Amino acid sequence: MFNRLISNDQPRSRLLAALLIVVLLGLAFAPFLFPGVKALSVAAKVLIFVVLVAGFDLLLGYTGIVSFAHTMFFGIGAYGIAISSNTWGPTWGSLAAGFALSLALTLVLSLAIGLFSLRVRAIFFAMITLAVAAAFQTLASQLSDFTGGEDGLSFKLPELLLPSTEFSEEPFLGVSLDGRLLCYYLLFVLAVGMLLSLLRIVNSPFGRVLQAIRENEFRAEAIGYRVVVYRTMSSVLSALYACVAGAMLALWLRYNGPDTSLSFEIMMDVLLIVVIGGMGTIYGAAIGSVLFLLAQSYLQDLLRLASEATAAVPMLSALLSPDRWLLWLGLLFVLSVYYFPTGVVGRLRSRAALNALASSKQA
Amino acid sequence: MKLFQDIDTRPLLLVPVLALLAWPLIGSGSTWLTLTVAGLAMGMIIFIMASGLTLVFGLMDVLNFGHGLFIALGAFVATSVLGAMGDWTGSGEWWRNMVAVLPAMLIAMAVAAAVGLAFERFIVRPVYGQHLKQILITMGGMIIGEELIKVIWGPLQIALPLPEAMRGSVLWGDAAIEKYRLLAVAVGLAVFAVQMWVLGRTKIGLLIRAGVQDREMVESLGYRIRRLFVGVFVAGSALAGLGGVMWGLYQQNVVPQMGAQVNVLIFIVIIIGGLGSTGGALIGALLVGLMANYTGFLAPKLALFSNIALMAGILLWRPQGVYPVANR
Repeated sequence: MFNRLISNDQPRSRLLAALLIVVLLGLAFAPFLFPGVKALSVAAKVLIFVVLVAGFDLLLGYTGIVSFAHTMFFGIGAYGIAISSNTWGPTWGSLAAGFALSLALTLVLSLAIGLFSLRVRAIFFAMITLAVAAAFQTLASQLSDFTGGEDGLSFKLPELLLPSTEFSEEPFLGVSLDGRLLCYYLLFVLAVGMLLSLLRIVNSPFGRVLQAIRENEFRAEAIGYRVVVYRTMSSVLSALYACVAGAMLALWLRYNGPDTSLSFEIMMDVLLIVVIGGMGTIYGAAIGSVLFLLAQSYLQDLLRLASEATAAVPMLSALLSPDRWLLWLGLLFVLSVYYFPTGVVGRLRSRAALNALASSKQA
Repeated sequence: MKLFQDIDTRPLLLVPVLALLAWPLIGSGSTWLTLTVAGLAMGMIIFIMASGLTLVFGLMDVLNFGHGLFIALGAFVATSVLGAMGDWTGSGEWWRNMVAVLPAMLIAMAVAAAVGLAFERFIVRPVYGQHLKQILITMGGMIIGEELIKVIWGPLQIALPLPEAMRGSVLWGDAAIEKYRLLAVAVGLAVFAVQMWVLGRTKIGLLIRAGVQDREMVESLGYRIRRLFVGVFVAGSALAGLGGVMWGLYQQNVVPQMGAQVNVLIFIVIIIGGLGSTGGALIGALLVGLMANYTGFLAPKLALFSNIALMAGILLWRPQGVYPVANR
């Protein structure tokens, strides 16, 4: 039963299994374990990024192509919720309509980009997605009547999900049972469901074909698989997951703007999480998101302290300033692509495999 | 020139066809002339920046997402050099302005070339032949470079005013043509001519062209294509630096993010031109320059997508770009 739930894709490392259980339990009981507004929003961001990054892993890790438009679809999902709630009022119906419209737009756009650029050479895909995403970002900040421009949109949600909605007078285990808590668990269920569905996809025959294409495009084509079709389908699926993640983000923040969902910085975060967690593993998305978001939320404070401590040395202080966070992210990214290409999950798995080999030799 | 003898001429017609198509839409002849000259000038600057990238790709199959870094670097070096030579740029005499701008260009090219050498050694070389990692690593290098620019020159926009004598425009009939754009066309043509001469008339150029066509064959003849490649990479970075100076003066201000912005334009150009083709890059650059100026005048909101639409149209016609390079 459990095996079927995770599509027979076992962690294959005891340490990894333990880590995943800790992450799952930690996220499931986050509101009770880690009180405080900041801790809960970090946990919610982890849930959102798990979906966003795991969807990207389908494309980068399993199919072997790079898209720079992943945040564009993330943004479309978020704007779908934001704009529909703003124009048609905060009802469940309008949210559903906005969500459906953004999924449809994502489908059409990603299909068009995929068919256009994957037809000839996969390398076009990276360049064209970069161009389209840049144009889209400018468009989103220009159409200010519609998207709120640079300021973004703040909007209301159905009352059930608002913090002001109390379900019981008495707090349960020290946590007040309000709409915010319900919203968190909505995200939690969505994230777990999405992750399991991705495991199902990558372990299906379709997923095997994607991996075959990643390993050797020419052979896959020779066996008779239409590489273009599979690559395009993979890019469309991955875009749809990004769109769902965007909707989750909008539900949680009740705000959306270009910087929160479309910025290139988020694309960089996604790339880094995939590489650190382990490309082509799906589980890597979960481990990587937790590691990265904890670091982002708490290390930036450390960086600020370091910058203040070195204020006497102007150049060093400028390098350590929290505004230069991206510099360290970029360095970490380059170094991990060089020296840590299989990521946390890959490392743990190969260590477990080595141990198993050693013990079987002894026996 | 030999290069033009047995060449496919149909793509050459694209530029005049686009210009003529725009005429009735714009209506006024003098506006059309102004826009066309502006478009060609912009196209020549883009070509200077894109030509290095397309050769690097053609020769070594290296897709450098960090190319924009050299452009931004060139522009920022120019702000420092021109800022230090305020006496010369402020003067109304043409020759004194040139004395300021020339060293700015040369220093920018030298800095970009030096950084390019380091970039090739530490960022690109360890990942030869691995496309996926190349894209990731060069993108990471670009981010690091952009942040370092912010550390050195600050995160804000810096003004890069044109020297006195290059401001204003000359009137040709009713059409006003900015002086700087004429200069840009001249510099662009000079770069193109030198490039054509090197590629078409020298031994090194012969090897580069042969390497683009079939790298392994050239290697089997005993030439070290890697060394040639380093040279092309450094030259391409220097050209990007020069293009950055021209672009910065064209925009009259520079921001640290300009590298990423121009990168997008350049990718569109080399996809249109066919990855690895210099002639194609020129046509692509001119098309993009003209398109940007025409749509900027006719429908500014659509200007962003006009280039993507242009690229999509070209790819429908020729999926590999206007001049597909053999063996790819």
